[in-house]
Formats: sequence, C-alpha cells, structure tokens
Amino acid sequence: MARMMYREAVLSTIAEEMERDENVVVLGEDVVGGNGTAGGPEAIGGIWSTSAGLYGKFGADRVIDTPISESAIMGAAAGLALTGKRPVAELMFADFIGVSLDQIWNQLAKFRYMFGGKTKCPAVIRMAWGAGYNAAAQHSQAVHHILTGMPGLKVVMPSTPADVKGLLRTAIRDDDPVIFLEHKALYGVKGEVPDDKDFMIPFGHARLSRAGNDVTIVSTGLLLGFCEAVADKLAAEGIGCDVIDLRTTSPLDEEAILDSVEVTGRLVVVDETNPRCSLAGDICAMVAEKAFASLKAPPISVTPPHTPVPFARELETAYLPSIPKIEAAVRKVLSYR
Amino acid sequence: MQLSRDQLLRAYRQMKVIREFEERLHVDIQTGEIAGFTHLYCGQEAVAVGVCEHLSTDDKIVSTHRGHGHCLAKGCDVDGMMAEIWGSRDGLCKGKGGSMHIADVDKGMLGANGIVGAGAPIAVGAGIAAKIDRKGHVAIAFSGDGACNQGTTFEAMNMAVVTKAACIFVFENNHYSEHTGFEYAVGTNKDIASRAEAFGMKIWRGDGTDFFSVFETMREVLDYVRAPGNGPAAVEFDTERFFGHFEGDPQRYRGPGELDRIRETRDCLKKFRASVTGAGLLSDADLDTVDADVMEAIETAVTKAKAAPRPKPEDVLEDVYISY
Ligand SMILES: Cc1ncc(C[n+]2csc(CCOP(=O)(O)OP(=O)(O)O)c2C)c(N)n1
Ligand SMILES: [Mg+2]
Repeated sequence: MARMMYREAVLSTIAEEMERDENVVVLGEDVVGGNGTAGGPEAIGGIWSTSAGLYGKFGADRVIDTPISESAIMGAAAGLALTGKRPVAELMFADFIGVSLDQIWNQLAKFRYMFGGKTKCPAVIRMAWGAGYNAAAQHSQAVHHILTGMPGLKVVMPSTPADVKGLLRTAIRDDDPVIFLEHKALYGVKGEVPDDKDFMIPFGHARLSRAGNDVTIVSTGLLLGFCEAVADKLAAEGIGCDVIDLRTTSPLDEEAILDSVEVTGRLVVVDETNPRCSLAGDICAMVAEKAFASLKAPPISVTPPHTPVPFARELETAYLPSIPKIEAAVRKVLSYR
Repeated sequence: MQLSRDQLLRAYRQMKVIREFEERLHVDIQTGEIAGFTHLYCGQEAVAVGVCEHLSTDDKIVSTHRGHGHCLAKGCDVDGMMAEIWGSRDGLCKGKGGSMHIADVDKGMLGANGIVGAGAPIAVGAGIAAKIDRKGHVAIAFSGDGACNQGTTFEAMNMAVVTKAACIFVFENNHYSEHTGFEYAVGTNKDIASRAEAFGMKIWRGDGTDFFSVFETMREVLDYVRAPGNGPAAVEFDTERFFGHFEGDPQRYRGPGELDRIRETRDCLKKFRASVTGAGLLSDADLDTVDADVMEAIETAVTKAKAAPRPKPEDVLEDVYISY
C-alpha cells in the first residue's frame, strides 16, 4: 500500500499503463504545459498536475499537447481508438463537453454498435467536474446524468484514491469508450492505494462505505463524503445507514442498491446533478419499479435546484446538497409512517 | 488624427482604471476573501480602451474569461464590477456570475465568457442584427491567441464573411494560452491575422501595448465595417499579460527576467505618458491628477464591495424560468 492523493493516483495509473502498453497515448490542452515557451515544455505539467512528467518519460508522440480545440481532441481520440491506440484524452473541465459533444456522443459512443460490432473503441475521456470552488456556471457542473444517458458510453466516477487507481486502470484496458469523471474537490484527498500494477476494480460494482440496516444512502463524488459524515453522526444515535458509493453510473450496480433497500426499506439518493432527468430520479424510479414491496417510505432525492451553478460563496453553498440537507432527508425518510 | 485634450485624458483614465482595478484585485485575492477563478487583464489595457473609445452603447462587444478590461472600457460600472467579483448582491450580476461572467447588456457589453471560443459566434449574431438595422453599428468579438484555435472561432469567421455581418474579430495575442506558447499552438505562419485573411476578411495589425496604434488602427477598421455592404474584418494586436493565466499561476513557463522586461518596455501606460508629455500634449501633473483620482475610485469600489449585502440563499432560485 502507498499513501497518495487522488490526483497522484490519476497520474501514476496513467504512467504505469503507458509503461505497460505502448499503445496508450495521452492528449489534451496543456497536458505537457509549457510547449512553445521560454520555460520549456513541462514548465507546468498540466493544469491539474495529472500529467506532470509524462512528456519527459514518454515523449511527444505519446504525450500530445493540443491547441484549444475540444471538438478535435475528442474526435482525435475517436480516430486514435479506431486505429489501434488507447487514447487517454483530457477535457480540462467537464463543462467543455458542450463544445465537443458530437465527437463523444455521435462518434465515440456509437462506433461499435453502428459498425455492427466490427470495431473496438478503447478511448478514455477524463474530465474534472463538480462545484465547490466558486468557479460559477461554466466551470462547476455535474454532467454525468447527461453522459450516463448515452448508450455506448461507460461512466466512471471514483471518490477515493484507491478507486481512482483500480477504476482508471480498468478504463484504460477496456475496449469501449469510458468517461472518467474526477471531482475537482477530491484531487487533494489522500488515501491508501494498492501497489499491485494490475490492481483493477471491475465496472458495475458499487462499494459499501458504511453499513447499517435502517436507511440506504446512494451517492458519488464529493457528496459521498457528506453522506458518510451523516451516517457517522446517526450511528452515534443508533441509526444505521448503508452508504453506497456507486463508483460507476454506467453500468449501474442495481443489485447493490436493491439488496440494501430490501433490508432498510428506505432510500435517499444524493447527487450533484440538477433534479430533472437526473441520476437521483433514475435510481429512485428503478427502486420503485423493482423493489416497491420492500419500500417503507417514498424514496427521497437530495440534489441542487433546477438552476445553473451560481458564483458567490453563499449562493453556491445554498445550491449544493449539504450535510444538514442530507441529514434532514434521512430523518424525513425515517420518520415516514 | 489629433485627439483633443479631453479625449487623451479620458483614454488615459480608462486604461488607468483597468490597471489599478486589476492590481488591486491581485492584492486582495491573496487574502482569500475573493472566491473563484480570476484572470487579470493587466498589460492589455491599450487594446480594450483603444477599441472601445470608438464605440457607443449601441455597438456591442463580446468578451472572454479575461474580461474585466473589456467590461470597464465599455462602460460597466466600476463599483458594480468590483461588487460582482466580491460576490455581493450589489454586483452587476447580483453575485451570480462573478469575474468570468460580468455582463451589462444595456451598455452593449454582452458578457465575459468562461468558455474559450464561445464569444465569436455570439458576435456574429449581434453583427447580423447590426447589419439588418442599418444604423452603422458593429459587434466586436475579443478573442485570445488560444481562442483563435477553437473551431467555433473558425465557424464564426466564415459565417460572418458569408452573411456580411457587421462584426470585427479583435485578436489579442499575448503569446500564451494558459501555459502553452503561441509559437506552439498556432500553426499558420505564427500569426493570427493571416488566418483571418484566409477566411476572406480584410485584416489589420497593430501594437497592442500602444494606445495610439490601437486607436488609429481601429479607426480604419471601424470605418470599413460601419460602411454598408463591407461585412466583417479582423485585427490582431500583439500585447502582453503582466500576471499569470489566473491568480495563483506559478508562471514557470516565463523566461528569466521576462516579467520585468515587459513591465519596463511594453507597458501601455508608461508609453502613453512618454508620448503625450514628450509631445507637450499633457503634463505629468495632468496625468498624476488622473492617477490620484483613479486610486480613490478603486478604493471606494473596494470599500463598497466589502460593505455590500451578501446574497441570500433564496436568491439561487431567481432569474431562471422555473425552479424545483
Ligand atoms: C472551451 C474551453 N476550453 C478550455 C478552457 C480553459 N481555458 C481557459 S482560458 C484558456 C486559455 C485561453 O487563451 P487565450 O485565448 O490566448 O486567452 P488569454 O488567457 O491569453 O487571455 C483555457 C485553455 C475554457 N475555459 N474553455
Ligand atoms: Mg493568450
């Protein structure tokens, strides 16, 4: 085991996979970070420090600094993937799917199916997502509900350094396009990470981060930590919560959720996407369809409101689900008779 | 053409307001009281002011993530902008937008923009509206050397040409997009204007660290685009950014002494002062009076921003068509 930050887990996994397989290539804006400057390439090494040192180790052919051209970056990832490479493309902020969506949605995601299964499309699209930095409406969004709704994409959202390691390795070795969502607020979080260079976590297997028999709480990303805090607080009162970290939203580990709800009968889904056509709504509906008889109370979702992400600290705090809001929802679902 | 004493004083004041607004933010951001990502415009003042001094409120501009200078030059209220960046309820956007989304549509300022390359297509729309209205108004898209590589910018340039939109693409080449050099990222002849020319536009170039170069260049550009039937134009200004890409950028990509050198030799305010005092048009004392006045205005703006009411949680649900 090694102790490292979430961002270090991203970088070291990419480096290990590049070492193992020469077809793995990295591309994105500023992933080298200093090309064409007096400070020399690698002066900065990527805006999130998730590519620092790769250029020196693997060279310009495999670590490709791109102009600000997201559509071409995503399209190039598609082209690389169709021709035998395993691109790991960085879309600096998840919000930028806006400028590049066709290449992700109509191209990458659809090739294998449209081509009658005659091709693989092993591309990983990494992106930083989420609020909490007062980065306002165009640099703070949660977009996994949009991407999860697109057939052909796998959507991964790790919440610990160990999960970054195991899931990113699986993503790079997967033959389908994988969206890999890194929550900005988690980059500095530290945790124990297995040393094994083949450590992989299969997609579609949720992680039970707290166990209890009274309520099921489902979450991902930054908010998972909030849910754990609520569970720990309630545990002291003798209330037991299952906290399920989804890890991947496509595929979705329905079984883990349903098994838990069968025991607890009460469900709270906490998610950072807006409420309409959301992940929370999707999971509540799935449970209502498949475990109606187990439910002792209507499921509750805790999400931001149906608004863009506001800038000011007070507004962003009001926008995001918080520990008190999650706790209130859990108490509400418990008090339902 | 000779500018009047008042015009010179006004241009200098506008540039100085931008400079001190940004220098003050650079200091205040370090206290941690200002939230979010802030990209300072220091060093490029001559471009914003040299362009906007020609414009009326009926002319539109679309800005970028580095938008404070464009906003101030276009007439956005200093207090309202400072309050917005401080995230207060008195801010121009009620604290909802912040540094990257300052807008004042009544002033013809159609918004700073957090998405690189998003501005140019919007300016095309405003430029088509101006063409339809036939009053000689124009729409201007400010873009960086990084933004000139975005497909949206290419599409906008071609569409402006084929629709003969009354629009001007102003490219501010400060040699960096984030941490990557212009030399690396722009493939054509190492310049942007020739790329615009290839789209079928008339082009100009100017020194973006010299107010007079920008102002005189823009006079020609605007005469051309305001004339019915000519359609769009593009102009590239070579300029410098004095701070990092965003506040907090360690700037390891800079060469040794680079920042000192550009502050010494490429400072539009120093150049302006040397030029107008050298020609006997204004005295140092005239300019010093402006300086003192601007410092006071910035101090007032900061004091007001700090004292302004904070947004209320329920404000989150306002200004959107429906809330759940
Ligand atoms: C679509 C999109 N891609 C990337 C970014 C991240 N980003 C913000 S500013 C910037 C560099 C812009 O460079 P340039 O256009 O030269 O403007 P400057 O910062 O020099 O003013 C980048 C890559 C973004 N905000 N939007
Ligand atoms: Mg630039």
